[in-house]
Amino acid sequence: MTRFIDLTLNGISTGAVYAAVALALVMIWRATRIVNFAQGGMLMITTFIASDVIGSTGSYWLGFFVALACGLVLGALVERVLIRRVEGGPPLNAVIVALGLLILLEAVAGMIWGNTPRSFPPAFSIRGYDVGGTRLLFAPNDTFTVLVVLGVAVALWLLFRFTDLGLRMRASALAPEVARLLGVRVGRMFTLGWALAALVGSLAGVLVAPSVFVGPSQFDPVLIFGFTAAVLGGLDSPPGAVVGGVVLGLVLSYVSGYEGASLVTLAALVVLVAVLMVRPGGLFSTRRERRV
Amino acid sequence: MRATRLRAACGGCALLMAAAVIAGCGSSGGGASAPGVTATSITFGTHQPLTGPAAPGYSEIAPASQAYFDYVNAHGGVYGRKIHLIIKNDEYNPTNTVTVVHELVLKDNVFGIFEGLGTPTHTKVVGFLNSEKVPDMFVASGCPCWDKGAEQPYTFGWQPNYTIEGKVLGQYLKQHFAGKKVGVFYQDDDFGNGGLAGIRDELPASQIVSAQSYQPGTTNVAPEISAIKSSGAEVLVDFTVPIYTALGQLTSYTLGYKPQLVVSNVGIDPTTVGGLLKTYSKGKAGTELIEGAITDGYMPASSDTSNPWIALFRKVKDEYDKSAPFDGNVEYGMATAYTLVQALELAGKELTREKLVDVVEEKGAELKGPGLVPFRYSKTEHGGYGGVEMGQVRGGKIVLFGGPMVTEPTAGSPITPYTGAESSPPSSGVPSP
Amino acid sequence: MSALVRVPRSTLARSLGLALAGGAALLVASELLGSYQDLQLASGTYYFIVLAGLTMLTGLSGQISLGHGALMAVGAYTVALLVGNEHWALVPALAAATAVGAAVGVAVGAAASRLRGPYLAGATLALAIGLPALAEKYSGTFGGANGLVINPPAVPAGLGVSFPLERWEAWIAGAGALVVVFVINNLVRSGVGRSLRAVRDDEIAASLCGLHVGRVQTLAFVVSAACAGLGGGMLAVVLQLAAPGAFQLQLSLSLLTAIVLGGLGSQLGAIWGAAVLVLLPTWTEHLSHSFSLSQQVSANLPLAIYGAVLIGAMLVWPSGIQGALRRIYAAARRSSVGLKRLEGNPTSGSGGAGNESN
Repeated sequence: MTRFIDLTLNGISTGAVYAAVALALVMIWRATRIVNFAQGGMLMITTFIASDVIGSTGSYWLGFFVALACGLVLGALVERVLIRRVEGGPPLNAVIVALGLLILLEAVAGMIWGNTPRSFPPAFSIRGYDVGGTRLLFAPNDTFTVLVVLGVAVALWLLFRFTDLGLRMRASALAPEVARLLGVRVGRMFTLGWALAALVGSLAGVLVAPSVFVGPSQFDPVLIFGFTAAVLGGLDSPPGAVVGGVVLGLVLSYVSGYEGASLVTLAALVVLVAVLMVRPGGLFSTRRERRV
Repeated sequence: MRATRLRAACGGCALLMAAAVIAGCGSSGGGASAPGVTATSITFGTHQPLTGPAAPGYSEIAPASQAYFDYVNAHGGVYGRKIHLIIKNDEYNPTNTVTVVHELVLKDNVFGIFEGLGTPTHTKVVGFLNSEKVPDMFVASGCPCWDKGAEQPYTFGWQPNYTIEGKVLGQYLKQHFAGKKVGVFYQDDDFGNGGLAGIRDELPASQIVSAQSYQPGTTNVAPEISAIKSSGAEVLVDFTVPIYTALGQLTSYTLGYKPQLVVSNVGIDPTTVGGLLKTYSKGKAGTELIEGAITDGYMPASSDTSNPWIALFRKVKDEYDKSAPFDGNVEYGMATAYTLVQALELAGKELTREKLVDVVEEKGAELKGPGLVPFRYSKTEHGGYGGVEMGQVRGGKIVLFGGPMVTEPTAGSPITPYTGAESSPPSSGVPSP
Repeated sequence: MSALVRVPRSTLARSLGLALAGGAALLVASELLGSYQDLQLASGTYYFIVLAGLTMLTGLSGQISLGHGALMAVGAYTVALLVGNEHWALVPALAAATAVGAAVGVAVGAAASRLRGPYLAGATLALAIGLPALAEKYSGTFGGANGLVINPPAVPAGLGVSFPLERWEAWIAGAGALVVVFVINNLVRSGVGRSLRAVRDDEIAASLCGLHVGRVQTLAFVVSAACAGLGGGMLAVVLQLAAPGAFQLQLSLSLLTAIVLGGLGSQLGAIWGAAVLVLLPTWTEHLSHSFSLSQQVSANLPLAIYGAVLIGAMLVWPSGIQGALRRIYAAARRSSVGLKRLEGNPTSGSGGAGNESN
């Protein structure tokens, strides 16, 4: 029984991390209708910067907020300089540009900081909670991660659902010409969307860094599962990203614990395909298909 | 009309591609009796994971070897020839390994391949190298599969293979932890499986209560560590690379699980592991979480600054590989390079590929270097070091104890102490024939 | 202009001519090149086989696949098992690889036909990372992390003792490529090709016209999966290996990049893409080593250049290399037509830039 509890808790904590990455991807998709493969590269860079700040000043929270600020700036910069030029064209072009950016960012990080992974401090203790003499596989830092992810998901959902700004961003993504005619500054909406998404991404980066270490390629597995979680939950839905992340985290944890680590990626495939066959738009998709 | 254009374009493009490839190439075709050797130089090639998930730690090895070669070259080289090492990046992808090794042999005309790194990568080029009769010196991997002198005459291992290490560790456990439950956390490849096989060879099956593997590339090993903890194991044996040793320790810390840690020499380098655990050790060196871990070694510990070999390698590193930390990987690269230089010196001024291979087979077992045990080199054995010495992490450094032991990597073969004297480096730092 | 060569009107004959002309060019190229370049030619050729199918899938049928690396793995392991364990001959083994690829394509395509856009991308990405894991799980059959090694293909005695193995491998791969060129070229210009385009452009209109959308999309997947299986089988023959490390996500992403860079939907684009896949890493390595930089920088510089090239190429040539070449060609023709008009020579009318993809 303790094994099951441990695996469930582990699934929730790893799932929260996937959800954080998924939220960033959902953010960009809703705002600009692009799948941003470079998300991983961007959050890796901001986490490196945070690591340097923490290393030189000794303050975790300073590094934390510097990472978020850098995320905002980096996201806006990438959108303005690169993505703006491919936004109107075939969707695959934006995908290739994002892939190219990911490769470029990982290489640049390797050149500046080297390929050796480094340690990153957690915000809070990683000592598991003591319940009746047994230590759980869940620590204060995991609670912090889960709460932050839930908070961000709620904030994004509120933003898109209830605010004027969110409406304008959605309109810019779905029907840019019409939005322009209605007076929406579509370009600014795109830039804002990317900036906010990169902010969420940086948050994901500092949350996950303690358990994957900081290095050019260290975030790749988290990214892949984050993307899977986003697709699983529905790319249009922040709550979907969270649910997708947690579901994925739980499934992978159980499979790894009961069946063995070699089946983990296969399990991710099975879960994703199973869900998508039933709901081709993800768990929280709202589209109704009309069959002719 | 369209078809005419199509055909012309198709034919043209194929020739264009061919022309581009020709234009991009260097000289091809050796023609010399010993390719890669001139009056003033010897050129070796190697394939290494310089970038990508396998790069951490391993990417330091080849530059360290190159640093030692630079040192030797500055002292006159080998019979007046400077040693050059062409380092190619294969990103631990066997497809790239095949491509770069073909490029090294067919286009760059290297004399031999040196220190090719990785088992899934190097196994894909062993056939090619042996059929082309290219010396495949001192593969950087502990797979027992390099040890086939009859079928793979040109391939030589260097480090003690994983089965040998597992056996010595297993015997130590049998002697000092009899009756205690043992859990094994291992990488799911030849390294982990080989080590586990060695442990199983020495310990009774009932003592190993849990054996959990992980896939390299994963970031979540908590299910595996939690399973080992639930099995009640009092000893945790790690056949892991440093990142996973550290990850395993983090989970153990969360769970309050404090077994006796036993770690392969591959995954215990305190500088590397300590660096990954630094933020959990309250600002200290970061080795608190691995303090007291039992391990093994086949060379002096890289932190043992009083050892003359370490002093020599540190001097070389400070001059020729400044940006690297001095850790186990750098020591490995330099020690392997030292062995190669010894072999080249023994092969003599008239250097051919066959002579190099023959001299290692005939005289390799007598080579004296930083290793604590002799090499297992003969006509049939191409294995590399034949044993290890036990060690422990004390005060954040590895301290070796108990004396080196040698064995054969076959099941059931005895483990015997090796009593030969330790050697010192030559005063110039360069081996003489 | 067309009097120089009698061009047959039937698609079948033209495809055959195309294949034979390509074959002749490959033959000549392989004779001119050294052993290492022959290996590169062989590699480029098996990449072309995969890319030809993938560009048809993504360009003509509009389905994004991030999982073709896994389908290549299927073909490679099939060949490795059949040739290594069962000692099959080369041609039957390659045919089996194609068939197995197609079979897997049926399953994947059927699932894929229900998905669109990023959801299809996500599902195929999961395929790319999940399927090779089977090799690690069933390590007894598939060799685990080390994978399988097979013996090099035996060079026929009739070619002489000193015939380089690499050239023979290039010929084998070339033969497969010719078959693919023939089949794909026919397919693209046939009714099937038209129905692919129809479904891509407007699913509802296509289904109103009587096309079964799911079946058409699955067919496209099956054909591209067959190509990927054959390409993977060729990889196993040329490199004599099948290992999980060779079929990581990076491969699938590189395939996608190659077809977009080369020119989406176009067979010539697939050739450019294959050339980029093989040559660009080598060029970036050479470029990086021509400066004397620190180890850390020079190890990462090739990838940095590669990433920058990807970004730059997409910004400057949004239709890929083939698109850029077509524009240059069209501009050249327009200026030559304009020149003739200026000189008072009316041209024979037509001959506008061909819009249909090659």
